[in-house]
Amino acid sequence: MAVETKTVQPQEPALTRFWNSLTETQVWKSVFRHNRPDNDRNRVLVMLSNVFLHMHPVRIRKSGVKLRYTWCMGGLSFFLFLVLTFTGLLLMFYYRPTLEYAYSDIVGLREHVPLGIMREMHRWGAHAMVITVWLHMFRVFMTGSYKPPREFNWSVGVVMLVLTLLLSFTGYLLPWDQLAIWAITVGSNMARATPFLGYEGPGAQLLALGDVKLVHAGSDVRFALLGGTFVGEGALLRFYVLHCVGLPLGIAVLMAVHFWRVRKDGGISGPM
Amino acid sequence: MAPRPAAPAINPADLAGKVTSPAATVAKKPAAAAGAAADDSSPLFGRRVWLGVAWTAFSAASAAALAATGRFMYPNLINEPPSQFKIGLPDDYGLGVDERFKETMGVWIVRTADDVAQHASGFYALLVTCTHLGCTPNYLSAESKFKCPCHGSGFRTSGINFEGPAPRPLERARIVLADDGQILVDKSRKFQFELGQWEDPEAFLKA
Repeated sequence: MAVETKTVQPQEPALTRFWNSLTETQVWKSVFRHNRPDNDRNRVLVMLSNVFLHMHPVRIRKSGVKLRYTWCMGGLSFFLFLVLTFTGLLLMFYYRPTLEYAYSDIVGLREHVPLGIMREMHRWGAHAMVITVWLHMFRVFMTGSYKPPREFNWSVGVVMLVLTLLLSFTGYLLPWDQLAIWAITVGSNMARATPFLGYEGPGAQLLALGDVKLVHAGSDVRFALLGGTFVGEGALLRFYVLHCVGLPLGIAVLMAVHFWRVRKDGGISGPM
Repeated sequence: MAPRPAAPAINPADLAGKVTSPAATVAKKPAAAAGAAADDSSPLFGRRVWLGVAWTAFSAASAAALAATGRFMYPNLINEPPSQFKIGLPDDYGLGVDERFKETMGVWIVRTADDVAQHASGFYALLVTCTHLGCTPNYLSAESKFKCPCHGSGFRTSGINFEGPAPRPLERARIVLADDGQILVDKSRKFQFELGQWEDPEAFLKA
């Protein structure tokens, strides 16, 4: 009697089978156009076929991930920017930039809203971002990473530093308490001394038609910033719009340029 | 792969004229590039002239749009108190600093028996803007002085600075008697002590 032999394939674990069938679906294949990143080629394809990952280089130097070289200050600045964007978006659901409501809405964000720490996260995150941006600049300077071919990216970074400070400055007014109003009064008075554009600035007197001054308190650059001749409702609204839309948009565009240029300029600079 | 043909010599004038077709670039002679293109089928303008007109118009329109955007930031009407206003009859005020128009109009009305600049009795209107960095000082009646909470500048009731970082006295506004006998304050005209302007007859209302 012949013995019936049967070959038994080892059964794959259920999870593996599920994974295999999932990655065979059309939906999966339409999203991920590469096989599993288990070799160099596929790992490159992962980076190249993902809009978010492609900002990052495919390969970086060993020194690029060394914390004692980079301090990770650029990465932390970007992380804090994301935190601030998210928490700021949440705050916008409650805050109204008017003389009547601004201050009480800020108090309400602490007293009447669940997770009242949201505003504190935004505030402390903002302080932290100013610090990390400065430290990032300090690191880049001390490691000489501003030198050719990275001069352009240094300049982009300087503009972003200014935008960070302006974001901090515009956000400072929004609580609309005494500290905010007088700090912005003092700060925006500097704009009076802008050459030609500020009404107390050098050269402003030269811009006149006969006796009619072209640059006065109602037509100078400070007025454009405040929407009035003193820090009032116009200033609150303009600072709000700049803080929530104008400046973040500008810094986001420059960030894309900055990260892209890091890669194009040869990646994160290495120790000399 | 076939070797690349040698790049045709490109006339810089053609590049400036934004000619993009390589065939046209090669075919045209510099003389033709200077004037209206002879081989162009357009009845009125050559392509190059037309492009020049188009770019000029586009640039002008862009500049105008930019200027309009800038002008947009300066509204024709702003919700701020008027610079000229009447504050009542002289008899409504006693000697000393009156704060009733500080919040609404931004002036202190001071009645004095002997003014530092005009050596007479009467009124002057002090602007409530600190000459250091623009905060609003408080009037401390017990000490008869204006004290700025921001950085500690102090001013006498005359407006003259005596402590803190303020570099010069408070400014005075034009103050005159209106036809109906009321005092009229005009903040659009300011008088500065250090320029000798407090001697001006309109910087002080004798009464």
